[in-house]
Amino acid sequence: MRDSLGDRIMVICIYTFLILFAITTLYPFLNALAISFNQGLDTSKGGLTIWPRVFTFENYKFVFKDERLMSGFVISVLRTIIGTITSILCTAIFAYGMSKRELMGRKYYMVMCIITMYFGGGLIPTFMLIRNLGLMNSFWVYIIPGLIGVWNMIIFRTFFNGLPNGLEESAKIDGCGNWGTLFRIVLPLSGPVIATLALFTAVAHWNEWFLAGIYISDQNLYPIQTILRQILLSNIVSETAANLDSASLARMQQAKTVTSKSLSMATMMVATLPIISVYPFVQKYFVKGVLVGSLKE
Amino acid sequence: MAQLSMKQTINSEPKGKFKAGLVRFYRQLDLQLMVIPALILIFIFSYIPMYGIMIAFQDYKIGHSFSSSPWVGMKHFIYFFNSPEFGTVMRNTIVISLLKFLIGFPAPIFLALILNEVRKMAFKRVVQTITYLPHFMSWVILGGLVTTMLAVDGGSINMLLEKLNLIDKPITFLSLPEYFWGILVTTNVWKEIGFGSIVYLAAIAGVDPHTYEAASIDGASRFKQIYMITLPSIMPVVSIFMILAIGNLVSAGFEDILILAADPAIRDVSDVLDTYVVRVGITNYRYSYATAVGVFKAVVSVGLLTIANFVARKSGNSLW
Repeated sequence: MRDSLGDRIMVICIYTFLILFAITTLYPFLNALAISFNQGLDTSKGGLTIWPRVFTFENYKFVFKDERLMSGFVISVLRTIIGTITSILCTAIFAYGMSKRELMGRKYYMVMCIITMYFGGGLIPTFMLIRNLGLMNSFWVYIIPGLIGVWNMIIFRTFFNGLPNGLEESAKIDGCGNWGTLFRIVLPLSGPVIATLALFTAVAHWNEWFLAGIYISDQNLYPIQTILRQILLSNIVSETAANLDSASLARMQQAKTVTSKSLSMATMMVATLPIISVYPFVQKYFVKGVLVGSLKE
Repeated sequence: MAQLSMKQTINSEPKGKFKAGLVRFYRQLDLQLMVIPALILIFIFSYIPMYGIMIAFQDYKIGHSFSSSPWVGMKHFIYFFNSPEFGTVMRNTIVISLLKFLIGFPAPIFLALILNEVRKMAFKRVVQTITYLPHFMSWVILGGLVTTMLAVDGGSINMLLEKLNLIDKPITFLSLPEYFWGILVTTNVWKEIGFGSIVYLAAIAGVDPHTYEAASIDGASRFKQIYMITLPSIMPVVSIFMILAIGNLVSAGFEDILILAADPAIRDVSDVLDTYVVRVGITNYRYSYATAVGVFKAVVSVGLLTIANFVARKSGNSLW
């Protein structure tokens, strides 16, 4: 059946709108990318769009030579890897236990979990707890409070309940205990749900900057996002009073071609890189993951 | 099998339920060991802070424990209600969250509806991939991008406006109070519109295609089909998400405001309950007072959620 004139106009409008919308979404990224590859002094003349005018690797060289930025990058990577693996593992073990009907006290445990989804202590009491536990200024503050995710536990549990019963029964007959069944049978079958939840956990770890800023004062333990925040902030407040250590500043003046703006754009690109590089591979998983998360309300 | 033997143990145990329970617990010790450590962590990191809320009713001094500070009743709440910031913070919280809700909530639905009209799958996938992207970026990165776009020295927006002869000299967007709300809401929509549309697209995919065929045979235009078929079919999903969004209504935002409102000159329009808690609590060490503000926020939130659910139940779609 052929579309009417009105329908065809509407379709044209829709395509035009979507193309424009996609361009506006992408443009800021491309603009920042161009600045990061452009010579700093030239950038300050303005007029850069999506293509570098005076192409240079200087900004990136500067980022990769800066000890503080690189240490931040390493902390972010470590935090993301360790945090994601431990959190997914601990939550999966917890969820497996909770998926068993015979578990004594299961109902009470579940109520205890669900309450935490609706009520919390808020920022200040949590901050005080972390301080009393001696977790301030420790790398483990990134890992330990996030070990168990109640929401993830519920998604895992739903998935485990959906696995065929026969599998676990036959494992039990073959002499597997609960732990053996979980690690040899159930987890190997849980690829998609593990991938989805791991992605979301990893993104959250990689992007977190605020709590790091309030729980940590040792600069060597800052993740790259927190350092980037400081650079950008000093950039906004005043171009010259950069919050960088003096050695970096000296080198920056030496380099001359690197301004704090070009430096922050290059840092931004480095801080985005890990996500951009995994993004295309995991897209099909997270679309499913969002649905798992949202339709199980 | 296992269940049967357990029942026998219970029945044959003369010393009562408690001992039987212990025996049963011991038999499933491996299972209990899977959940008990996790429950202890939840207790520590979720329940102890809830208990810590009581400092909102105390005069907490740094170095004291949760339980050894003097009780002062509602003092901090009253102080907050009477403080000069109360009016500004409340207005900003309400205006910002309402703007975010009124524009940010329908935006993904709109995107899903028009994406659904795209028949070229490759095109659709490219657009989706691009619109999901900002969701995965931190607010630090997005804040950096927005600042760059709005910069006075060579920011693209100012460049464009100058080229179009709409302005004579660049505008300091992020330092002028009149632009802040618009920038904040636009940035939020930009970040979440694509990702938010996933759920609605899935809901639309569940609509029976025969309905559309029948409608088009009856001569319904595309627009009419969207309005008469697609939209009503996704209403249950829309209403669930609306309730959740309303529950969040007093959380005007936090990271985004901390980042985009870096200039103290616009605090009059940017300060909301959450940023206020950070400022008076973490920065100025007024723990009891900041906790009281946090509790006030939580109470208002629960109230809103209840109202939203009540309204939704009247219309036939409720959460509980």
